[in-house]
Amino acid sequence: MSTFKEAGHLFRFAGLFVLAFLVFLVVRHFVVPKSFGEYGHYRGAAIGEIAARPVHFAGHAACESCHTDIADTKHAGKHAGVNCEACHGPLAKHADDPTAMTPVKPDTAVLCVRCHAASAARPKDFPQIAADHSNGLACETCHNPHSPGMDATPAAPAKKTASAGGAK
Amino acid sequence: MSGVEGYMYPNEITLYWSVLIVLYPYITGLVAGAFILASLERVFRVEAVKPTYRLALLTALAFLLVAPLPLVLHLGHPFRSPEMYFTPHSTSAMAMFGYVYLWYLMAVLVLEIWLDYRREIVLLSQSSKGLLRLVYRIMTLGSSNISERSLAIDERVGWIVTLIGIPSAFLLHGYVGFIFGSIKANPWWSSPLMPVVFIFSAMVSGIAGVMLLYMALTKLRKQKIDMRCVDAIAMYMFYIYVIDFSLEMLDLVHRIYEANESFNSLNFMVHTKLYFSQIILQILLGTVTPLVLLFLTQVVKLPEIARKSMYVISGSLALIGVLAMRWNVVIGGQLFSKSFLGYTTYKMGLVTREGLLVAIFLTILPLFFLWALVKLLPPWPETSAHQASAGD
Amino acid sequence: MNLSRRQMLILLPAAAVAWKSVLAGTPESSPNYTMSEHWWGMLIDIPKCIGCGNCVRACQAENDVPDGHFRTWVERYHRSDWEMTREGDVTPNPLIVPEVISPDGGKEGFPAATDESGKYFFVPKMCNHCADSPCTQVCPVGATFISPDGVVLVDQTYCLGCAYCVQACPYGCRYIHPEKQVADKCTLCYHRITKGLTTACCEACPTGARQLVDLKDPKDPIHEFLKTHSVQVLKPQMATGAKVFYNDLDGSVR
Repeated sequence: MSTFKEAGHLFRFAGLFVLAFLVFLVVRHFVVPKSFGEYGHYRGAAIGEIAARPVHFAGHAACESCHTDIADTKHAGKHAGVNCEACHGPLAKHADDPTAMTPVKPDTAVLCVRCHAASAARPKDFPQIAADHSNGLACETCHNPHSPGMDATPAAPAKKTASAGGAK
Repeated sequence: MSGVEGYMYPNEITLYWSVLIVLYPYITGLVAGAFILASLERVFRVEAVKPTYRLALLTALAFLLVAPLPLVLHLGHPFRSPEMYFTPHSTSAMAMFGYVYLWYLMAVLVLEIWLDYRREIVLLSQSSKGLLRLVYRIMTLGSSNISERSLAIDERVGWIVTLIGIPSAFLLHGYVGFIFGSIKANPWWSSPLMPVVFIFSAMVSGIAGVMLLYMALTKLRKQKIDMRCVDAIAMYMFYIYVIDFSLEMLDLVHRIYEANESFNSLNFMVHTKLYFSQIILQILLGTVTPLVLLFLTQVVKLPEIARKSMYVISGSLALIGVLAMRWNVVIGGQLFSKSFLGYTTYKMGLVTREGLLVAIFLTILPLFFLWALVKLLPPWPETSAHQASAGD
Repeated sequence: MNLSRRQMLILLPAAAVAWKSVLAGTPESSPNYTMSEHWWGMLIDIPKCIGCGNCVRACQAENDVPDGHFRTWVERYHRSDWEMTREGDVTPNPLIVPEVISPDGGKEGFPAATDESGKYFFVPKMCNHCADSPCTQVCPVGATFISPDGVVLVDQTYCLGCAYCVQACPYGCRYIHPEKQVADKCTLCYHRITKGLTTACCEACPTGARQLVDLKDPKDPIHEFLKTHSVQVLKPQMATGAKVFYNDLDGSVR
C-alpha cells in the first residue's frame, strides 16, 4: 500500500495521459467529417463533390441533337469518327444556351495540320499532307471539313453561324 | 525543359520532396542515436558513458521538439495535419508519424527525463524564484515526494521506460526508412534494407553528435573531458559504423551484381549527379575516413591529444556523412525518371518556405532548445541543485 | 445550317431539356447512376494514335489543368534498329533505350519526325486507375481513394499536400497543384462519366484511339476487344491492377 503512496507522482503523470486521451476522443467526434468511412477510408461526400464539377465539353450527342444536317454530312464522310468539339473546342456553354455563346469557327490553317501534317511518326495509312500541299490556299477551298474526302461536295466557303433562323 | 536530360515523365520534372524532407530523417536519426547512447548506460550498464547520460537525453529532446517542423513547413496544408491523428490510414507508414512521435516524446523521452531529474526538479521548485519557480512547480505535477522509496521506484520505472524506449527509438526512425523502403515505384528507395540502414546510420550520427556536444560543452565550461567516457563512446561509434557501412556496401554490391532494370540509370546518376554527395561526401569523407581514423584509435595506443582530435574529426565527418546519406536517398530518389530514360535537377530555393535558409535555421534551432534545456535541467554531475539555484 | 424557324422552335427547348438532365448533379441525386453498376477503365489503341495532342488540350480545357502539369500526356517513341557501327561495337539495345519525347506533354502535337528508319509510335498516358493502387495505399489520411465504381480520386478538401502519393505512383501521373497545394491527377472525368458522357480526352480524340470502357457493362465493346486483341498494361511487374489497357503496346514502352 505504501508503494502506491510513494508512486503518487507516477499516477499523476498517467492521469495526464488519460485526460489528454479523453479530450482527444471528444475533439475527434466533432472534427472528423460525418461521411468519413461511408464507402472506405475516405470522406464519402467527396465523391458527390467531384461528380458535381462543371462540364465544359457538351459531347457530340448534344451537338447532333440540333445540328442534324451537319451530323448527317459528317456520318457519310471520312470524319465520321471525329467528334464536333474535337475541332470546335468545348461548347457546353453553347449547348446550354445557344444564343448566349456563339462558337468561333476554327482557323483551318492551324487546326487541320495538327493531325494531318506529314510526319514519319504517324501511322503509314493515315492521310498526311506535305507543307506545300495547297500552296497557301485555305483547306476549306477544296475540302468540306465535315466530310473532307475529295469525292464529297465541298461546302460553300461562306462564313456560317448556326444561329437560329438559318433558313435557306 | 530546363535541367532535364533525356526523358522524364512530364510530372516528374519538379522535385516535391525538398531539403526539408532530407532534414527530417536526419533530425529523428540524431534523436534515436542519442537515445541509444543514453540507453547504453541505463540498460546495458556501460558505466563509462555515464557522464553523457543526461546530456544525451536532453539532446534527444531538443532535436525531437524540432523534428515536426520540417514536415509541417513542407505540407501544402499544414493546418490539416491533425487529420493524421483523427483519421490515420492504416496502410500508410506515414500515418504512423503522429502516434509514434507522440508516444516517443511523452511516454519515453519526457517520462524518462522527468523520472531521472525529479529530485532536482522538486528541489529547484522550492529554491528558485519568480517565473522559473512556477515552471519547476508545474514540472513536479504537484508532487513533492522525493523520499528514498519514491526515488527507488523512479529508478525502476525509468529502467523499464528505457528498455521500451529502445524499440521505440528504432520505430521512430525505422518507420521513416520504411516510408522510403516500401515504395515499389522507386527502385532507389525500394529495399528491405532501408529501415535497417537508416537506423544504424542514425545511431552513428546520434552518438557522434552527443560525443561532440559533450566535448565542446565540457571545454566551454573549462572542465576536464572524461577520456574514459569519450574512448568508450568512440568504440561504440566505430562498431556501429562498421555495421552501417557493411549494410550500405551490401546494398551496393547487390545492386551491381543483379543489375536489374533500374541499374544503368541509377549507376549513371551516382556517377554524375550524385558524384560529389555520394562518392566524395558520403562514402569517402563521411564513412571511410572516420572508419580508418577510429580503427587506428582502437588498435594503436595513441596519446590523449591525438585521440581527441581524431574523435572530433571522425565525429564531424560522420555527421556530415550521414546528412549526405539522407540527401542521396531523398533527393537522389527524385533525380532520375521512373522511365529510366532521363534525369532532372533539384533547384533548391534560398529564401523560400522550403529553401536553404530555412534548412539551416532548422538545423541550428535544436541547439537553442538544447541550451535552454541545459539551463533548466543541468546535466552535469558536479552541478548540484543547490548551486544551480544560487545562480538564478 | 438549313433549319427552318419552326424546326428550331421545337428543337431548341427539347435540346435544352435533354441537356439539363445530362447536367444533373451528384450521382446520388442523379437517378440514372448507381456506383455499384460500373467498373471504369480505358482502352488505348496504339496503332490509331496520330499524336495530334487533342486529348491533352481537351483535358486541360475540361479540368482547368495548370500549365506545366499534366493529367494526361502523349509520348512519342522511336525504336530504332540495331546498328553495328564498328566491328563488335553494338549500340544500346533499342528495346531498353528507346528515344522518347513529350514536348509540353504533346499538347501542341509533335515536331515532324524525319528519320524513316526504325519504328515510331505514340503512347498516350494517364492515371491507370489501378485496382490495387500503390498511391491510395500510402496516403496518410485517406484523402485519395478508389471509388466504388473504380475511379481513383483525390479529396482536395482533405489532402495535406504531403506528396507521398506522387512518389508512390509508378507511372508519374500525379502532381501537386501549384495553386491549390494538393495532389491532383486524372479523375477519368468523373463529373462527366456519371452523367452518361464520355471523358474529355475520348470526346476529343479524332481517331478513336482512346475509348472509355465500363468493365461491368456486358454490352461494352471492351469484352469483345479483349477476346480478339493482344492487350497490355504499363509496368505489369508492379502488379498495380492497372485498368488502362493498351492495344499493341511495344516492349520498349516505359
